[in-house]
Amino acid sequence: MSNPVFERIKQDITENDVVLYMKGTPMFPQCGFSAAVVQVLTDHGVKFKGIDILVDPSLRDGIKQFSNWPTLPQLYVKSEFVGGCDIVREMAANGELKALLADKGVATA
Amino acid sequence: MAMEASVIEQMIKEAFPDAKVLIEDLRGDGDHYSALVVSEAFKGKSRVQQHQMVYGALQGKMGGELHALALQTTTPENAPDWAKA
Repeated sequence: MSNPVFERIKQDITENDVVLYMKGTPMFPQCGFSAAVVQVLTDHGVKFKGIDILVDPSLRDGIKQFSNWPTLPQLYVKSEFVGGCDIVREMAANGELKALLADKGVATA
Repeated sequence: MAMEASVIEQMIKEAFPDAKVLIEDLRGDGDHYSALVVSEAFKGKSRVQQHQMVYGALQGKMGGELHALALQTTTPENAPDWAKA
């Protein structure tokens, strides 16, 4: 019996190149760590889909099980889990995020 | 709910006996820490895997009792000088 939440997650991360599971929305992040990743993506000029887990408790737990990652935010690029706030900030600082986006063919402004 | 830095360090060291661990309490509230963990066990692992290993050592506390842990992981070769002593 497949997990409906996992199916929805798979659909979101397949249909969108860059997906950020976060607390709040890109316009109104509800957590400093989520806001930090929104800022990194904005700085990189990346179009991304923000998904607010606060409005959907089943998604909040489901995403943590899906990625085996205990916290939010969670960034996905081309269906691949990239990391949480620490990793994304570290990658942004050393140019790895830019390289990953280019490597995956994700357009940046 | 909060956790003591010493408890976090102990849990990490139980899972990584060779680890050097530096923990800082970012806000003094027992809920927001940064941790640098240096261990041979991280060799050949991606950053996500390394962090998942540390979260595993924290036995589910991460995201629950422990709200925020700004985590950095590395192997002894890439470690800062203080960890090489």
